[in-house]
This record gives sequence, C-alpha cells and structure tokens, in this order.
Amino acid sequence: MNSDEEYLYDCDSGNESSGDDVGLEFDIDGEAGSGGTKYKDMEDYPYEVLSTEDITRHMIECIKEVNGVVNIPVTTTRILLNHFKWDKEKLMERFYDGDQEKLFLEAHVVSPYKTPKAQKPLVKNSNGMEECEICFLNMPSAMMTGIECGHRFCTNCWTEYLTTKIIDEGMGQTISCAAHLCSILVDDQTVMRLITDAKVKLKYQHLITKSFVECNRLLRWCPYPDCNYAIKVQYPDARPVMCKCRKVFCFNCGENWHDPVKCHLLKRWIKKCDDDSETSNWIAANTKECPKCKVTIEKDGGCNHMVCKNQSCKADFCWVCLGPWEPHGSSWYSCNRYDEDEAKQARDAQEKSRAALQRYLFYCNRYMNHMQSLKFENKLYAAVKEKMEEMQQHNMSWIEVQFLKKAVDILCDCRQTLMYTYVFAYYLRKNNQSVIFEDNQKDVESATETLSEYLERDITQENLADIKQKVQDKYRYCDQRRRKLLEHVHEGYEKDWWEYTEL
Amino acid sequence: MYLFVVEFPTPSVPLRGPCLPQQKRLQKELMSLLKEPPAGVTVDVDTAHTKLTEWVVHMEGAAGTLYEGEKFQLQFKFSPKYPFDSPEVIFVGDNIPVHPHIYSNGHICLSILTEDWSPALSVQAICLSIISMLSSCKEKKRPPDNSYYVKTCSANPKKTKWWYHDDTV
Ligand SMILES: [Zn+2]
Ligand SMILES: [Zn+2]
Ligand SMILES: [Zn+2]
Ligand SMILES: [Zn+2]
Ligand SMILES: [Zn+2]
Ligand SMILES: [Zn+2]
Repeated sequence: MNSDEEYLYDCDSGNESSGDDVGLEFDIDGEAGSGGTKYKDMEDYPYEVLSTEDITRHMIECIKEVNGVVNIPVTTTRILLNHFKWDKEKLMERFYDGDQEKLFLEAHVVSPYKTPKAQKPLVKNSNGMEECEICFLNMPSAMMTGIECGHRFCTNCWTEYLTTKIIDEGMGQTISCAAHLCSILVDDQTVMRLITDAKVKLKYQHLITKSFVECNRLLRWCPYPDCNYAIKVQYPDARPVMCKCRKVFCFNCGENWHDPVKCHLLKRWIKKCDDDSETSNWIAANTKECPKCKVTIEKDGGCNHMVCKNQSCKADFCWVCLGPWEPHGSSWYSCNRYDEDEAKQARDAQEKSRAALQRYLFYCNRYMNHMQSLKFENKLYAAVKEKMEEMQQHNMSWIEVQFLKKAVDILCDCRQTLMYTYVFAYYLRKNNQSVIFEDNQKDVESATETLSEYLERDITQENLADIKQKVQDKYRYCDQRRRKLLEHVHEGYEKDWWEYTEL
Repeated sequence: MYLFVVEFPTPSVPLRGPCLPQQKRLQKELMSLLKEPPAGVTVDVDTAHTKLTEWVVHMEGAAGTLYEGEKFQLQFKFSPKYPFDSPEVIFVGDNIPVHPHIYSNGHICLSILTEDWSPALSVQAICLSIISMLSSCKEKKRPPDNSYYVKTCSANPKKTKWWYHDDTV
C-alpha cells in the first residue's frame, strides 16, 4: 500500500492468484472430478470463487460501473452503494427517480452538488490558531482536518477517534463524524489518510471487505473456518457451491449442502438440536426432586406413592403433591389432597411430551449417526487409498482399482443425503407420498449400509473379481436410488405434496 | 460555593507527572466547570483533586420542576481512552432521583452516555442533558423493569445494552 488514495486499487499484489489449487484436494489421484456425480446441480448454477483480492477488485468495479453513469465522487458512490447493500440497480433507480437530496440525507453523505460548506474554524484566535473541540488545544490551522460536513478537529484527535471506532468497536463503513449529532459518514479515503498505523489500516480494509461481502446478496463467505474465499453468484438461490478449499455448501444459508431438506427447516432443526430444549423440557415434565434429599427422580409406574431410591434417604412421598405419604392414608393409588382430574391431566401431558421426545430422538439419532460416519470420510479415503496401492502391487492396474474410490464417493453422497432426509422426515406429516418417501429412504439406507460393509472386507486376489462386481453393483444401485429419492422429494416440492407438522 | 474557586484560583492543581492530552482536557473541563458551572451544578473539588479521573458532581433539582429542592450526586469515571470513550456516569449517594430513565441503583438510561457519545461532548454537556431530562419529567416513577434490571445488571452501566425509550418522557 504505497499511496493512501490508491489503497483499494492496489490489488494485484495478491499472492493467491487464480488457478486451481489442486494441492488442497484429497483426490487420491489426478482423476479430477471422478466423483463427478457429486453435485450435478452445480453445472447449471454458475458461480465464481473470489479471493480477498478478487473481492476488492470486484468492489472497485462496482464503484467504477456506477461512476461511469453517475458523475459523483468515488467516495460518495461507495457510501451510496453500501447504503443500498451494493445493489447497483436499486441505487440507479433511486438516483434517477427519487429526490436526490433526500437520498444523500438517508445515506448520511453530504450532497456532492452542494457548494462545499466553508470550513469555518469554530474558534479562531488572533494568532491564527484554532481550538480543537476534542483535546481543547490550540492548533495552527494546518494541524486541523475537516470533513464534508464542515466539522473540524485536530488531526491527532481524528486519528485517535477513528482508531477507537475501528479497533474497539469494529466499525468500518459506518463511522460517522466525531461531532455530536452529526451523522455524516467518514469516507474511506479520509480514513485511510488519517490513520497512520498499518495494523489499523489493515483492520479497516478487512472490515470494509467484510461488510461488502456480508451485505451483498450475490456474495457469501465460505463457512469453512479461516477460509478467506467468497462465492459470487449471478442470482441468489439455495444451490450447492464448492469453494477452492473443497467445502461444499448451500449458497442460500451457508450450511453444508442439505438436499432434500429446505433451508428454513434445516435452520429450525439445527436450533432445536443446539438448545437441546426438548430434552430439558422432558426433564422438567417428567422428573421431580425428592422433597427430602433433592435427588432427581423419574416416575416409572402409575402409582403415586414414591419411595426415594437414594438408599440413605428412602423418603416416602406423593408424586402429585410431593407431600409426605403418611397423610394420604390407605388410598394408595390416588392423592387425596389433589383433584383427581387435574392429576390425570398432568399425567397425560407427561405422556405426550414423552412421546414427542421419543419421536425427536428417533430422527436425531439417525441424523447424528450419518453425520458421525461422514466425519470419518477422510479416514475412509485414506484406508481405501492404501488398499488400492496394495492391490496395484498385486498385478492389478491403476484403472482396475478405481472402483473403490468411486464407491467411497458414492457412500459419502448417500450418507449426506440420508442425514438430511431425517431432518425432512422429522417435519413431514404422514400422507401417501410421505410413505413412498420413507420407503425410498429405507431402501437407500439399507443399500448404503451394505456398501459400507463391502468396503470393509478384505480383498484378496482370489475374491477380487467377485467383490469388485458386488461393490460396483451396489454403488450403482445406491447412486441410482439416492437420485430417485431426491427426484421424488423435488417432484413433491413442485406438486405441493409435502405437509409439515410444526409450521 | 463560588468562594471555592477564589480559594483555588488555579484548579490545574491535580497536575502530577507528564501532562497527557487527556489530563490537559480533563483539567480544562474541570476549570471551566469551576469557573462557570451550569445552574445547580457544583463539582466536588476535593474528589477531583485526589484523582483527576474520578469526579463527584453535586446537582440540585431546578426550581419549578418535580425535583425542586432535592440534592443529588453524580459520579463520573473517565477511562484512559476518554474522551474517545464515554465516561461512566451514575447517580450515587442516598438520594437517587425517581425518574422513568433512572434505575434505583443510580444507572441512567441516556443515549449520549453510550452509543450517541461523541468526543466533542463534555462533562458539562452531560450535566446539562441530565438536568433537562429531570426537568422535563412529568411523573416521578422508576423504569418499569427496575427491579429486574437492578438485580441482573453489571455494576458498570456501560456494559448494559440499553434500549432507548422515547426521550421526551
Ligand atoms: Zn484535538
Ligand atoms: Zn460532522
Ligand atoms: Zn473455503
Ligand atoms: Zn440452505
Ligand atoms: Zn430422597
Ligand atoms: Zn398427594
């Protein structure tokens, strides 16, 4: 960054130049895209992967594009574009069809058409000194800096102010003037001019890029930890995209690609799993504390007469009222201190919540199970690679052993699909189509487990032909059934077959 | 009280050690508050003397308002980042004004004390703002969430994520 004015244009210095970085792939061999089955949708959904430098370049292009049409300062254009979340069309529309002065006011920028406010020093002493309203020191006018709105402070105070906003408050594009009640935004060139510390400058640039990507509906950061690439699409949609780091995710929500379940249901599911509220609700509804020793107890029978299982306590009490059992007398099966109906209602509610929990656990366990298996994906690839090398030493050609890698590709695809079918199924209300869906799911699931089993078998010279045939037949079947399952769900989306339980 | 100023004609007394820009600003603020305090406002010189970064300001309820005749104390704490960081301001002592924006623990719900703070504001500006807040009050009552807030808040009001209500109350 040699010149402050040009800091944003200085984007060719990047070392992350374009070109495929094959180095990151865990593809066993050079057979690029052999798992080409992976995300077929990608073909008809064009997108680009952008490095930080590409993002900056893209940002400048957006500004230039607008400036080619609208003759206003670059800094003003940037603020306006940010105001419209980098939607050029929206900006142009408002710029030409609306009240421009109102637009500038809304975007907190001084109208470039107004004759600049005379930057009148607020206090000018006879000796040509001005008083800075922040540090209260008298400064020669050369040490004072004003911005578009006319507010002037000493350069040191501006630097300190901007640094505080950037470092402590993490503000980038939205830092306003230091004067009280002045909402005019400090433009990026002024910030870059006033900040001298390279670390602060860098942080500022990061914040600007970050907000550019985050508010731009055609861009999304790769969700992989510490990955600095972003995906740029032509129109936003719930489609799978693959980053240079090989992470595949949904452009719309940023989660792992989750076909067949829709983004909003997945989001709801993840929240449910995260806060684990279901389990705590159940505990609240189904357990109580022993009134004497406070140990948590769960009721396991119909009788209200509870005897604490804590051997050193053994308290006798009533489940319904938690009072000592003795006054209940001989009415062993009901609490004579509590309205019987009410107690029954409480029991029914407990039953209901228990059933809901069991349903949730059913889907959750299956979802987790596939997720867990997918986590060992890398291990599986490594194991298969080893096996393939071994086989090649036993007179088998490279091409002959490729079926194993293909099998793992398909196995992983199937697990990922199956995992998300359980989220879909959890919210699905039973009807004729949901029964077909569940049959499809069962079919893919059992075929997937068989395929997984085959891959664990020992392969010897003798059984190779047999195993190879079996594995190939099975993965073809899995792949075909997986596609069938997805097609069926997609068809259901089109034809409105699916009804949901908790919407 | 004005006599105080006469007795201490140079309130730059708390000058010790190197004179940082922050100290200079605080000294100037202190001096101007001692010389020309807003009506009903007095800085406790003794506390400011012992520690330039912690002041107590005495405030009197203005005549003709619901707080006429009442006396309050405001405590100001300045972080090393003042004036870029807002000061921590709370009511202290045994009389905390009963007001819809003032909690019984002395915390004040006033936007210029947090997100609307500007380094071009000052202790004087804060005092004036609080006086006007008190003066425009039409009914003496605590904020609706007072008991919950007081039980759960941090000791430092700046850690509270304030939700600013209608400022005209
Ligand atoms: Zn200054
Ligand atoms: Zn301004
Ligand atoms: Zn990535
Ligand atoms: Zn999604
Ligand atoms: Zn017990
Ligand atoms: Zn009972």
